[in-house]
Amino acid sequence: MDKMKDENISAMCTCAVGEAGRTGDWRSFRPVIDHSKCIPHQKGKAACFLCWLYCPEGVVKATIPIAIDLTYCKGCGICAEECPAKAITMVREEDHE
Amino acid sequence: MSRVEIMTGNQAAALGARLARVQVVAAYPITPQTSLTEALAQFIESGEMKAEYVRVEGEHSALSVCIAASTVGARAFTATSANGLLYMHEQIHWAAGSRLPIVMCCVNRGVGAPWTILNDQQDSISQRDTGWIQLYCRDNQEIIDTVIQAFRIAEAVYVPVMVCYDGFVLSHTLMPVEIPDAERVDAFLPPYRPHTILSEADPRTINPVMFADPRENAAGVLGDGYMEMRYKLAGALTEALKTIQDVSDEYARLFGRNHGGLLWEYKTEDAEVILTGMGSIANEATIAADILREKGVPAGVVGIRAYRPFPVEAITHAFRKAKSIHCLEKALSYGFAGPIYTDLRAALYGSGCEAAMHDYIASLGGRDIQPDTIAQVVFERVIKPEADGRFHAPLWINCRTE
Repeated sequence: MDKMKDENISAMCTCAVGEAGRTGDWRSFRPVIDHSKCIPHQKGKAACFLCWLYCPEGVVKATIPIAIDLTYCKGCGICAEECPAKAITMVREEDHE
Repeated sequence: MSRVEIMTGNQAAALGARLARVQVVAAYPITPQTSLTEALAQFIESGEMKAEYVRVEGEHSALSVCIAASTVGARAFTATSANGLLYMHEQIHWAAGSRLPIVMCCVNRGVGAPWTILNDQQDSISQRDTGWIQLYCRDNQEIIDTVIQAFRIAEAVYVPVMVCYDGFVLSHTLMPVEIPDAERVDAFLPPYRPHTILSEADPRTINPVMFADPRENAAGVLGDGYMEMRYKLAGALTEALKTIQDVSDEYARLFGRNHGGLLWEYKTEDAEVILTGMGSIANEATIAADILREKGVPAGVVGIRAYRPFPVEAITHAFRKAKSIHCLEKALSYGFAGPIYTDLRAALYGSGCEAAMHDYIASLGGRDIQPDTIAQVVFERVIKPEADGRFHAPLWINCRTE
């Protein structure tokens, strides 16, 4: 119960990565990547990375293969929308195994 | 040494803010508040008052500046009236939710449309549910003393305080006012300590977005959710009932003036007919009570000084012997009744008080109301045999209703 004890009388949080908490739990849809369609993965070199460029949360890593940090991804779906190869699909969280 | 000077209510409020050693003033001029902010500007410009006067483009910004100043530890003051107060509305909630002990004078004025610059209390009443403490003053002496007390109260419970007084009736009327000695005010009102000290070593994000349920922060600490924060604010208002009374009692001991804390009473010991109201109209009611007594009606007055928090216990005690209660109101909840009437009925329900309750809407937009008129309308209601405890729509006094 001590964990619940918050002495603050107004709302505040300390400045930290994910200061509003692990915002991945806001997500209703999860981005699922089909790496076989992903352009950098296909070409085996740095290319495209539009998902990394457009992600408003900066949670996409421009690596091969690309990676999405689901701890903070809010599931907005912009990466899936922008991907020219349609390699990213938004899947309902409850439908994801 | 304290000294007596003749001054307006606005000058009294400005002197109160100066004696409280306010550090930041941000205000936008609006009738009838203007001469209060002019006086403060003059004090600051002449060096008599060591404070920053932040000039803003409107009332929303005025209170935003006070919120920022109070957050970083400065004692902040603002003042407004009517539509200016309503323009602040969003930040009025914000100040209370952030638990910032800002003091604001609301120089009560009717709300447009139609335009009026004259007095009623619809402006502050419409801010009733913002989480601010509201204190109503009946004369200029009470204004200077209440502004000083307001900072003590606000900083004890971390809730902002609205000091309300009637526009023109008090704000522009000259009365003798005893100015308390500055050193004794300093002893009564120690420097402001904010509830959270912001520093480079311990930076915070103030008021991040909250979710319905408590959730962990980045450090894994499960903090309060929105509802817990609101519960704490509600608790602070309830706690303020004792604080308002204690501060008033201490002030009376130190300065020799007692304005009554939560409420005040006039000739209520044997009163069966009790008149009630807030601000200057309650003062007029004391003269009306004397007129009624000359007619053989045992009348008295209970003046409400603290409207939020609403002093249910003190009210239940003050009205326990009443056979009829007469609410004199300068505001209205359109489509229902006056705010004092509705709150009194709720507070007294089940308390054993079986008084017949009457509601009077008076003096909207500066319409004159005299003690003999109050005495007359109350007398007519008192002699009516059908008076009972049921709900009755308010009677509009001094208004052509046909």
